[in-house]
Amino acid sequence: MILEKDVVIVGAGPAGLAAAVELAKNGIKDVVVIEREPFAGGILNQCIHDGFGVIKFKEVLTGPEYARRYIDEAEKLGVEIRTNSMVVNISPDKEVTVMSSKGIEVYRAKAVVLAMGCRERTRGAIGIPGTRPAGIFTAGVAQNFVNIKNIMIGKRIVILGSGDIGLIMARRLTLEGAKVIAVVEKMPYSNGLARNVTQCLEDYNIPLLLSHTVVNIEGKERLKSVTIAKVDDKGEPIRGTSKKIDCDTLILSVGLIPENELSKDAGIEIDNVTQGALVDENLQTSIEGVFACGNVLHVHDLVDHVSNEAEKAARSVIKYLEKKIENENKVDVKAGKGIRYVIPHTISGNRDVTFSMRVDRQWANVSLAFLNGINPIKSFRCKKLNPSEMIVVNLKASELKGVESLEVAINED
Amino acid sequence: MKIEKQMICIVCPNGCELEVTYKDTITVKNALCSKGVEYARNELMNPVRNLTSTVKVVGGVLPLVSVRSNKPVPKDKLIEIVQLLKTIELKAPVQFHQIVYKDVLSTGADIIATRQVDKE
Repeated sequence: MILEKDVVIVGAGPAGLAAAVELAKNGIKDVVVIEREPFAGGILNQCIHDGFGVIKFKEVLTGPEYARRYIDEAEKLGVEIRTNSMVVNISPDKEVTVMSSKGIEVYRAKAVVLAMGCRERTRGAIGIPGTRPAGIFTAGVAQNFVNIKNIMIGKRIVILGSGDIGLIMARRLTLEGAKVIAVVEKMPYSNGLARNVTQCLEDYNIPLLLSHTVVNIEGKERLKSVTIAKVDDKGEPIRGTSKKIDCDTLILSVGLIPENELSKDAGIEIDNVTQGALVDENLQTSIEGVFACGNVLHVHDLVDHVSNEAEKAARSVIKYLEKKIENENKVDVKAGKGIRYVIPHTISGNRDVTFSMRVDRQWANVSLAFLNGINPIKSFRCKKLNPSEMIVVNLKASELKGVESLEVAINED
Repeated sequence: MKIEKQMICIVCPNGCELEVTYKDTITVKNALCSKGVEYARNELMNPVRNLTSTVKVVGGVLPLVSVRSNKPVPKDKLIEIVQLLKTIELKAPVQFHQIVYKDVLSTGADIIATRQVDKE
């Protein structure tokens, strides 16, 4: 039997919930949100620290509280959220196959919102040499064990990578009584937010070793020690700088990758840089009626931005259902000098657009310039730009009118 | 006595790099909002932090419930509070924003649940 739905949303994390709520608020209620975990809320449930919602609600919330706002709202609006149900396939004609204890069911959707979030990079992805003992965790897995499952993961801990989850876990594990010996970061700067370096490391006197990496892992059953070394400006370990640290646990906080297996199987075109779908200004992917938002599109550092993006995707879905999305001439958006990527990948030039982007390295006292060919449209003076901090810029339709090719670039003038 | 200090404001993701001078009065430069000024003053006089942790739950669908302090607590009491919270157990169900521990260590702050945990 095929179940007809206006909209199927894949994932009930912050993106999926915000999209569902925005749809329901606008009267689109024939919607189902499919979630493989037993609870809605996604990764927010294990992010028990605070700092969420400052932009969106002008309030400081913890992860579970931020999720609760949307879950309550969704319930109030009568949104159907199916937990313990996993999407196993999305077809190019928008048939969504779901597996649960009820068996296999197929939804036929007019529109699909991809909100699957992201996954952590693992030891395999960065290729650290050494043995394969127990005691090596990605930061999110460590967070899940400690905050949800009540399993303490170790006593003497080294953290590789200074992503926000790694920094948050350094504090959490210290408060729980473990000794966090150091956070080791290969880059010459932290990959997390500045305030997390202050409140998670400096508050507890945890050293942040910049331009260092783990070069070996030792131990047979359980991790016994790691060897760290300084790296040169190419990221290569420098001979003679290695140092052994006795520890029983290594936590990896070395990046996140959008989880796009379903999208790829559906034939959706993927951006090699973001590892997320190629989208236009409606956040529509290369398949008509399929939209993407949140960390499955590109990895965000603030959930507030995820919610905003999901709401935008939901508004595009409404336009699509009302057949108000025209196939306009598409203008490519290019990531120029200093810019790693820009979302969206194409624009029409007829509407206001919110651009999200990241720089490729640290920049100071530069301009962030939007160019039509070689002609500047708009430029923003920036004191400091960090790869770890996503930049969000809104441009008006009037500013984008008549654009033939758009490039965003760093101008060093 | 004159103290000059640089600190990163932790109030919001902006992470303003504050320049704080203390001589008779406190002056704060580079703060994008008034909360940064308040943060810098607190950091010098009485540093406080919001506390978040977990508390054990018996008979619930989850073994833990996430909790926070309902107002900031002195920074030097954080570890002591978390260790204290490890010694208590709650019976499911735990309601959202239920008070888990009143006036923890005489800080005037209550510890409240940030999640609902239903009975198993």
